[in-house]
Amino acid sequence: MSNLIASTAPKARQLTPEEIHDIEHEKTHYPYAQAVGLEALKIVQKYQGWVSDESLLAVADYLKLPPDELEGVATFFNMIFRRPVGKNVILLCDSVACWMLGCDSLKSHISSKLGIDYGQTTADNQFTLIPVPCLGDCDKAPTMMVGDVTYRNLTPAKIDTILAECKARG
Amino acid sequence: MTLTNKPLTKNIEAGRAAFNFAQYQAAGGYQSVAKALTYKPRDLMKLVQDSGLGGRGGAGFNTGLKWSFIPEPDGGPRYLVVNADEMEPGTFKDRLLMENDPHLLIEGMITAAIALQATMSYIFLRGEYKEAEKALLKAIKEAYEAGMLGHNIQGSSYSLDMALHTSAGRYICGEETALINALEGKRANPRFKPPFPQVSGLWGRPTLVNNVETICNIPGIVANGVDWFKGLGINGQFGTRISGVSGRVKNPGCWEMPVGTTFRTLFEDYAGGMQDGYQMKAFLPGGGSTDFLLPEHLDLPMIPGDVQKAGSRLGTSLIMVLDDKTCPVGCVHNLIKFFAHESCGWCTPCRDGLPWAEHMLLKLEKGEGSLQDIEILKEACGYMAPGNTFCALAPGAAEPLQSGLKYFMDEFVEHVNHGCKYHKH
Repeated sequence: MSNLIASTAPKARQLTPEEIHDIEHEKTHYPYAQAVGLEALKIVQKYQGWVSDESLLAVADYLKLPPDELEGVATFFNMIFRRPVGKNVILLCDSVACWMLGCDSLKSHISSKLGIDYGQTTADNQFTLIPVPCLGDCDKAPTMMVGDVTYRNLTPAKIDTILAECKARG
Repeated sequence: MTLTNKPLTKNIEAGRAAFNFAQYQAAGGYQSVAKALTYKPRDLMKLVQDSGLGGRGGAGFNTGLKWSFIPEPDGGPRYLVVNADEMEPGTFKDRLLMENDPHLLIEGMITAAIALQATMSYIFLRGEYKEAEKALLKAIKEAYEAGMLGHNIQGSSYSLDMALHTSAGRYICGEETALINALEGKRANPRFKPPFPQVSGLWGRPTLVNNVETICNIPGIVANGVDWFKGLGINGQFGTRISGVSGRVKNPGCWEMPVGTTFRTLFEDYAGGMQDGYQMKAFLPGGGSTDFLLPEHLDLPMIPGDVQKAGSRLGTSLIMVLDDKTCPVGCVHNLIKFFAHESCGWCTPCRDGLPWAEHMLLKLEKGEGSLQDIEILKEACGYMAPGNTFCALAPGAAEPLQSGLKYFMDEFVEHVNHGCKYHKH
């Protein structure tokens, strides 16, 4: 039995030179390696799209942190993805200012257009839809982010254009 | 030369890129650093204390007084941390400052760090603020290149480093001890106080955590003096602050204005009042964690004590307007859903109380609630009251709930009897 567990348990992968380079840069800002944990997870996510078990173990190994503690950090933060996500992660603000200006109907619009609910990814792996707490753009509500870009004063028509552009980029 | 009356936004112009180091300096920037280097640190703290500057993150505590609790240097590391984790629902002022004039924040940080004799400074930025991240990284690099950061700043014996930490989205990181845990690479649960961070903060060392806008006030105060700063306020208040409006108003946005300005001036003169066909039913005066106020409260000046007397908190002073065509029960449900999601899970009233409250509010909103649910919601506000929880998150969450129940009880009861009469969102 223990052999079976050992043979299927995830193992740390090799970090890439780019990942190591970026993590080393972050390390220069802090006196202790633990402080880089979250930044290192974000670096891995930047290159891999998400944080797999193999990636998490690799970061823990590299920073000499207990994997369980790093997992505790990874699962605490909204923006660390411990499951695969699509090429474009849609973060739709669902907090109060956006709600008052109709973000629920925008959510329905996106869901019916892409065929996905919150937390799901389209079959072609293009889009994942996630709600996000207040994006701090309440005077331009409703808002959402796709990747690193924030989109403001959204309407269903605007969303159609944005999604088409994202898809064209691939 | 006339001194500015808009020290926070004087360099901000719609459609123009943020000033680089040279442009910022040419516009009078970085004067406070040279001046601060001539002061004794304690005198500098006293100057800021005398200005009456209160924290702009929501609590409003006197900034110089907060600084004064830091012990004398002992040769070890000391930290200045700027709280740029702007996640209070309805708050969008720090974003404006960081994206459009990042050097103002950096100048403020250097000057504050001189007062505190900090050896290292961090900006704790929320991960979603990508534009601010870009602007700050560029500005920090420029400040290093100009000798404003690093070893022996401006030829003095004082050295300071600065780094940007980008977080990954959790509201609780705005609580200063949770922020410190997050910066150490831990889960962002709050810490027990005392000891306060000034004595034992980041890695157990003296640490000051201040909000972005608070720090952006420091250059003006140090460069132009206390009398100038005091003269900027009205209704017995000092300085300026950024207030704003969201919701169905004609011209939502945020603007720098004298401290002591009334809600009515903000709402009517700056935001242009309600959009046609809508009326103000109530407003949250300073973020999602503040009690509702009513239109009858609009003539209050935005002063913490005055707002408190009216039964709420000034908070971040960015108001959210609830209009007459939006369901107040739904609005409270949305807020409680946010707080339930963002609870760190450390203590029971917050971790378990908020999801239950959210569940009951959803039932009511769907027309499936009972009068008993309303009674339990009232009771839950008591369990989440200050003193019953580990930090201020749950008491903050209870504020819109308790005041929602107070002002809109008839609508809650109507939801039990007839369901929600408003348009579906």
